[in-house]
Amino acid sequence: MERNRWLLPLLLTPAMGLGYSVLSLPEHAQGLQHLVADKMEVSGVSNPVTAVLLNFRGYDTLLEMFVLLLALLGVWSLGGLSLRREAASDLVLDTMVRFLVPVLILAAAYLLWVGAHAPGGAFQAGAVLGAAGVLSLLSGWRCHLGLAPLPLRLALAAGPVAFLAMSGCTLLIAGRLLQYPPAQAGILILILETAATVSIGVTLTALFLDKQHPGNKDQT
Amino acid sequence: MNTAFFYALVGVGLFFLGLYALIVHAHLLRKILALNVMGCGVFLVLVALARRTGEAQPDAVPHAMVITGIVVAFSATALALTLMVKLTAATGRAELQSDERDPH
Amino acid sequence: MVGVFGDIPWAVVLILLPLTGGMICFLWPGMAKLAGAVTAIAVSLSVAGLGCQLLAHGVYHHAVGGWGAPLGIDLTADGLSLLMLATTALVGLGITVYSLAYFHGEDMVRFWPLWLFLLAALNALFLAADIFNLYVTLELIGLAAVALAAMPGGRDALSGAMRYLLTTLLGSLAYLFGVALLYHGFGSADIAILAVRVESSAVVWAALGLMGAGLLLKTALFPLHFWLPPAHASAPAPVSALLSALVVKASFYILLRLWLTIFNSLAGEVDELFGLLGAAAIIWGSIQALRQPRLKLLVAYSTVAQIGYLFIAFPLAAGAAASVWGATAYLAISHALAKAAMFLAAGNLLHFGGHDRIIDMDRVVQRLPLTAGAFALAGVSIMGLPPSGGFIGKWLLLEAAVIQGRWDLAAVMILGGLLAAAYVFKVLGYAFTAASVSHEPQFVSARMEWSALLLASGAILLGFLAPSVLSLVDIGSPFGIMEVRP
Repeated sequence: MERNRWLLPLLLTPAMGLGYSVLSLPEHAQGLQHLVADKMEVSGVSNPVTAVLLNFRGYDTLLEMFVLLLALLGVWSLGGLSLRREAASDLVLDTMVRFLVPVLILAAAYLLWVGAHAPGGAFQAGAVLGAAGVLSLLSGWRCHLGLAPLPLRLALAAGPVAFLAMSGCTLLIAGRLLQYPPAQAGILILILETAATVSIGVTLTALFLDKQHPGNKDQT
Repeated sequence: MNTAFFYALVGVGLFFLGLYALIVHAHLLRKILALNVMGCGVFLVLVALARRTGEAQPDAVPHAMVITGIVVAFSATALALTLMVKLTAATGRAELQSDERDPH
Repeated sequence: MVGVFGDIPWAVVLILLPLTGGMICFLWPGMAKLAGAVTAIAVSLSVAGLGCQLLAHGVYHHAVGGWGAPLGIDLTADGLSLLMLATTALVGLGITVYSLAYFHGEDMVRFWPLWLFLLAALNALFLAADIFNLYVTLELIGLAAVALAAMPGGRDALSGAMRYLLTTLLGSLAYLFGVALLYHGFGSADIAILAVRVESSAVVWAALGLMGAGLLLKTALFPLHFWLPPAHASAPAPVSALLSALVVKASFYILLRLWLTIFNSLAGEVDELFGLLGAAAIIWGSIQALRQPRLKLLVAYSTVAQIGYLFIAFPLAAGAAASVWGATAYLAISHALAKAAMFLAAGNLLHFGGHDRIIDMDRVVQRLPLTAGAFALAGVSIMGLPPSGGFIGKWLLLEAAVIQGRWDLAAVMILGGLLAAAYVFKVLGYAFTAASVSHEPQFVSARMEWSALLLASGAILLGFLAPSVLSLVDIGSPFGIMEVRP
């Protein structure tokens, strides 16, 4: 612990410098708010954050879908995070999960829908869906619903594949990556968001599947 | 100084608090948590300063950046935790050996 | 003919193609090898297409979504991007051919999607014109690289990957903080817009410090190199090659871009520090390489040293920007080819003998002549002997140092070359002799030998292509701004 004595002052100096530089920023700054507001009309949605995420900076979101998939591939490549519990089934947990999961799925659908004009959207909905999945796993649910590896992988891939398909189509039709025709932008964004929600929810759940790898079919 | 700058300074504080913990603690779980605290600090700076528009609507672009950042941070944490679990299983300790030079 | 292909947005294809290929590998693991091979070839052809486009029309811009900066995200390709993309495609092709023979069964299913997504992320990074978009690509690269490095699963690989992950995340967070400051200070994340708007202020200095520190950590410049040798040495051979040849260059590329544009007007003070650290990296990395008992660790420390050369250019650039940065770009690509070849050759030796202890190498020159040849040729470029790409790069740098009277930097570069010669010949010396303990040799596939040899020959061949490569890099004069605004 000897070396930690000088660590504190060593970190305090840049911290204060950084604090000073933050304070030196102008009191008022518009950022891109006016530009975003000007283009809201043609973005297809009325929630500015959704417009930025899915339209103005949709390319970031395209890459982000792959960040999530890569994390899952990395986790699976290492053998997965197991949630298997040795304890006997817990009545309270089971009952709660039985009530909660349908509510969570409904909440996810609502968040997805509301994202077009108010706070919400694919990531929030996907997170809630993922919570439902993880809760189910905790209460002992396994892939008994006939989710063979390929259907599971297709659900995981829904978001990235939707973005890729949209990229290909927009590139062919408009000549530009992810340029939506303003009239159809709303519905296209909803399609992308729905696919992304499914992917995010399933990915969050699949991180905890104690299957070795999608290639293995011996585990259910 | 208005609230936007207050929260931004808290963000700076969180960033360095996390950095301190990342350096000081040997346990990998604490290191991973420390990185998450640092990330939260950066996200707080991003959204806090977005309030400086002087209007009802904050700047939406940093908000979208933070959502992207959260997904990235989440993904990295998932991978880091898995690595930690596997490393603990392989070595019996959730720490990185400091003497990495000569692995036997 | 040119008209038809000229209209294809090759830059976008370069990103979407490997993403699609990786997706196919993920969905149908049975097709992984085929999808990997087809993608690598198609990416190389697309880079050629982009090259023709750039030669005909100059710098390429693509406003994603049709919005244009600052609201949207732009993609840009100039000569420097093209050079990095071409290097990635070539090295990637070599590594793909190697991996076709190297990975089997379960490992094959794990490797291919990760590698193709990494390839897409690298391409996206070299085309990005937006600092936040660069952050996303950096994270894609980091996660893919860590997942690949952890593949062997043993104690060494896991702890190497863990250290790598913690370091790369820390670097990304520092970079992201810099992005936050620049965006809030100047209202845009677009590099070109920022370059115009930025002026010396506390915010810019803070951003420079954060982004610089984060990227130096990711590039493993001495003394922030501690994570590199364990991660690069314990990964599977093709992955080590990817990490050392391409992934490290990605963060260096961002650093160079930012220094040439956004931080151009105020980075003068930092340049000396970079030069100093670069010189220290050359000496320290080379000495450590010389001391390593294991071949892969030797090659990894050699990477630490060679990264130092890339930073020697910073203090020299003030005098003759275009030629010094051209030399640096040349060094970066020849190192990519040579180091990939070295790691692949080391992988062959490891596979062949079941170990990579240098003193226990058993008459490999007679038994694996192609691999030994690949190592030797790659060594020529790493040492900086003519005729090789490494020679051109180091010669141009040395020339600039001598002209500017920087004898200290010149001496370090020459010393680094001598030390490199020492560690390359140390390996080759043991390769000729019989080991005290002989072992049962394992079969090494011809594809694995030839891909290493071809990459090494590429590094040598670069020595003859200097004029044309240097004129390609100059498309859109990525280094020109330096001279306009000294």
